[in-house]
Amino acid sequence: MELIAINFTKRGDIRVKTKTFKQGIHPKYNKDLTNSKPLEKANLPKEVTLYLDQHIGSPAKAIVEAGDKVKLGDKVGESTGFISANLHASISGEITAIEERRDSIVIKIKGSEGEQWQVDNPEKNLEDISAEEIREIIKEAGIVGLGGAAFPSHVKVSTDGKEVNQVILNGAECEPYLTVDHRTMLEQASEVIYGLKALMKSAGAKEGYIGVEVNKMDAINKLEEVSQKDSNINIIPLEVKYPQGGEKQLIKAILDKEVPSGGLPLDIGVVVNNVGTAVAVTEAINYGKPLIERGLTVTGAVNNPQNLIVRIGTPIRDLIEECGGFKGEPGKIILGGPMTGQAQSSLDVGVSKGTSGILVLSKDEIEDYKDPRPCIRCARCIDGCPAKLMPTALANLAKNDDVEGLEKYNVLDCIECGSCTYVCPANIDLLDWIRIGKAKVEAKRREN
Amino acid sequence: MDFGMLTRAVLSMGILGGLFASGLAYASVKFAVEDDPKKQQIEEILPGVNCGACGKPGCASYAEAVANGELGIDCCPVGGAELAEGIAKIMGVAPACSTERKVAQVLCQGGNEETFDKSEYKGLPKCQVADMEENFKSCEYGCLGFGDCAAVCDFDAIVMDENGLPQIDTDKCTSCTKCVVECPRDIITMAGVSEQVKTKCKSLLRGKEVKVACDKGCIGCTLCAKKCPVDAIDMVDNLAVIDHETCVGCGVCVKVCPTDAMVETSF
Repeated sequence: MELIAINFTKRGDIRVKTKTFKQGIHPKYNKDLTNSKPLEKANLPKEVTLYLDQHIGSPAKAIVEAGDKVKLGDKVGESTGFISANLHASISGEITAIEERRDSIVIKIKGSEGEQWQVDNPEKNLEDISAEEIREIIKEAGIVGLGGAAFPSHVKVSTDGKEVNQVILNGAECEPYLTVDHRTMLEQASEVIYGLKALMKSAGAKEGYIGVEVNKMDAINKLEEVSQKDSNINIIPLEVKYPQGGEKQLIKAILDKEVPSGGLPLDIGVVVNNVGTAVAVTEAINYGKPLIERGLTVTGAVNNPQNLIVRIGTPIRDLIEECGGFKGEPGKIILGGPMTGQAQSSLDVGVSKGTSGILVLSKDEIEDYKDPRPCIRCARCIDGCPAKLMPTALANLAKNDDVEGLEKYNVLDCIECGSCTYVCPANIDLLDWIRIGKAKVEAKRREN
Repeated sequence: MDFGMLTRAVLSMGILGGLFASGLAYASVKFAVEDDPKKQQIEEILPGVNCGACGKPGCASYAEAVANGELGIDCCPVGGAELAEGIAKIMGVAPACSTERKVAQVLCQGGNEETFDKSEYKGLPKCQVADMEENFKSCEYGCLGFGDCAAVCDFDAIVMDENGLPQIDTDKCTSCTKCVVECPRDIITMAGVSEQVKTKCKSLLRGKEVKVACDKGCIGCTLCAKKCPVDAIDMVDNLAVIDHETCVGCGVCVKVCPTDAMVETSF
């Protein structure tokens, strides 16, 4: 049996016992731009753009029409299946258009009266609510995983008869630049713990864990302090390594369990959620608040990088302006972090439920595309791959259109963390090829 | 010279040879593999390019599948109607109804001149990757211009022109449909050679947005639909859709189209 790598990481004067998974990489973190800046509510947007397919699964169906008046928190999109999520109006106003795009349908709402969600209700006692009720609240509020993948949260806690032993909250935040989870844990620690308890209750789990990388010692201390009375909740310091916050990597680090190939954490009795999701669950239970806003980090080459709580659908143009505009000439604008985020070609794109940050890289930071050189068989990608795959072999199989080979080498287990491309000294676009390979395998499976 | 030695050598080798020959002759009868003569006949008339368009790995396996009745006689797009007739004769079935020759058609005219880039793309120059990444091109429906289709074509029938658009050599095209499958934006389609006009645009956006994105896009003005003498054009989602059964190929739509999105095909 493999032992968990237990290391001692030195942080200041104290030595902390940390856990981690095997392999992975150490990119530059650049978190000091925003990690000391408190979460602030962003200015309310004048217009929001809501995508009906901003979660994983089947897209929501619009239940409003152009010209309708909606109030803050009104449902505008209804979930269309089990793996799907509701969508709510994130500002009060009038629906100006429902537009069909090539890959999604968008609802546009205009007008804002500076309305905030009422939060005066007292905290509800979790013992008075049943697990079924919590699931229903989560589903109704349209809560999805706020870590980035936007997987509907009610699906994760619908255990379907399977036994769940542990709920893990993901506070690793291994993506460089992003600090919003860090600030959430620090400033909303009690909400995080309450949300964790609610998720544990709805999934029927006895133990709760929160994994936090040790570059956020203040958050670890704060969570320890708040959860002192709860003996079944453990705060786990994790080594600073990418992708520590990957679901499977987190489970391996904390519980030393491996999710089977092609399986889900639920198969081994584990549910993993982001800390932001836990806060959203708390607010849904206590204030009946649907997922109308989320925290995100606006960082990089902007004049005043900040952690903001923004309404879903806010155009990124507004947020960049609020943070003082571009610093120098922008080279790339990325939604999410630098490793897994997606580059944008327009500033009118609205923030979606899965957007954990807006990263602006200046023109000098962006390198031109370099033609890949031949693979020198150094195996750095293999040493770095957290899923223990062979990226170089998979890329070659994808180039040669060998679908059977791709399946044999488990291409679908790739978590698309980008570590292989990051470390490759020959500039080979490993992840791009692997994605093509994944698409090929998925297309073949759909056919059969 | 010792003739005795020569005789012995010739004799012994002769006897050995005779023994082996009879062994082989016996084995060829005893262990003969029965091969369907139909399969062999079909394989002989197949194009033999092993392109895989029929869904089988190669021509031999397609021939076997036809002989077994697994696949139809008209699954080889490369051979077309002529081949289907040939196979029908071998299999002793009625030839399939008219299989018109089809060729690949690119339904986009948004090259580098007609469109512009909203942002600079700095990734792997492959359409499939660019489609997954940022939407750098002004038209979100149009050709990305990295030539995935040209790379996948086994018959060198597709070349990327200077304007960044694929040009299809219809004489070389064998209608294997590989490019249709490869294109992430679904702008390549198989068109029958008798279809004389095509709407060379796939954008479902409203006219105003199309106008901004591309000089040659269909803006959904409905002029062609109104002027068509046989009412063969319907407007579906801001796009002119031609019913080729009704179309007589008069070319009026091509003349009236204000953006030149309607094009007369040339085969």
